[in-house]
Amino acid sequence: MSTTESPATGIGPVEGASQYTVDNPAPLIEAPRARTKKTPKSTRGNFEMVAWLFMRLSGVVLVVLVLGHLLIQLVLDGGVSKIGFAFVAGRWASPFWQVWDLLMLWLAMLHGANGLRTIINDYAERPNTRLWLKGLLYTATVFTILLGTLVIFTFDPNIR
Amino acid sequence: MATPVMEKSDQAPEPGFADSPYITVTFRVRRFNPEVAAEATWEDFQLEIDPKERVLDALHKIKWELDGSLTFRRSCAHGICGSDAMRINGKNRLACKTLIKDVSPEKPITVEAIKGLTVLKDLVVDMEPFFQAYRDVMPFLITKDTNEPTRERLQTAEDRERFDDTTKCILCAACTSSCPVFWNDGQYFGPAAIVNAHRFIFDSRDEAGEQRLEILNDRDGVWRCRTTFNCTDACPRGIEVTKAIAEVKRALITRRF
Repeated sequence: MSTTESPATGIGPVEGASQYTVDNPAPLIEAPRARTKKTPKSTRGNFEMVAWLFMRLSGVVLVVLVLGHLLIQLVLDGGVSKIGFAFVAGRWASPFWQVWDLLMLWLAMLHGANGLRTIINDYAERPNTRLWLKGLLYTATVFTILLGTLVIFTFDPNIR
Repeated sequence: MATPVMEKSDQAPEPGFADSPYITVTFRVRRFNPEVAAEATWEDFQLEIDPKERVLDALHKIKWELDGSLTFRRSCAHGICGSDAMRINGKNRLACKTLIKDVSPEKPITVEAIKGLTVLKDLVVDMEPFFQAYRDVMPFLITKDTNEPTRERLQTAEDRERFDDTTKCILCAACTSSCPVFWNDGQYFGPAAIVNAHRFIFDSRDEAGEQRLEILNDRDGVWRCRTTFNCTDACPRGIEVTKAIAEVKRALITRRF
């Protein structure tokens, strides 16, 4: 903008001299995000609603399950030092603790995975990033849930 | 005791008080002109202005006396048309309803375009995605009876009260452009569209509430709301936006179960 002729008064440095004319128009600004008649595709079904409800309900149940779990494992009966193979084997002999741990595993994993899914939806900007992050998330979730369930149901206290 | 009496004029007025109510205020405006530079820049303007004036008056003063190229939208300039929503000191407000004394004029006051929408020039953004979301929720009365009405559609005062809050919307986009979910990809319907859907969903005269709820049950509908309350804080009309969104969510859930 360091032209020899001084700019007209009342025009700030931002304005300056335009490099575009009627015959050489400025390029059209592409909208970085657009909501047109065609996007987004309307999604039928209640998945988002069910996911939203699940977060609230599982959250309430998890408060009881996780706080109870932490209390039993870390505070009562000598605290963390009592935890060992024998302690776990003793608890899993009872179906009550099997159901407790199974429920906690499933709810916590699905609750956390759904939370991360919404975070990825909110923060990942490119569709490809979204796809890969979600793929990684779902793989890890399924793996952890299956492995944990397998262990709870096939746990053998006599293993040596 | 507290009877108002005229101040005795025997004390001399404080120096500088009587001569001028004006103070020097710096306005730091986000300038952008795509025909000159690809990047937006901040530009400072120093003004002698009465702090009881509005930010819009300051922008007028800049445009009329300092730099005629400053571009912004305003129509009624009295908080009804919703044209001059902008980000003042990092918060979405209407420039015509914000007094300079309320936005700490001792420091530079930043003025920039609302976020999440494409900036066309200076403070002017492309509102089309915003209005598209608004149109998508069908913001008009729909009745199953297609005949021309022969009399006024009546409703009780209580029925009117149900959606009174959401009738106040002036479509200024302050709420939608303050929403972090909208900032990401602009596909979320946004608080303003949901508020205007709420206005008809809970109107006893309207008969397409079910359709509107179905539209907002979408992947980018009400379930993307994270209840950050940015919209409620931003609304210049004081609409409880997050509450309206929550009521639509509740209507969606109770409709099914």
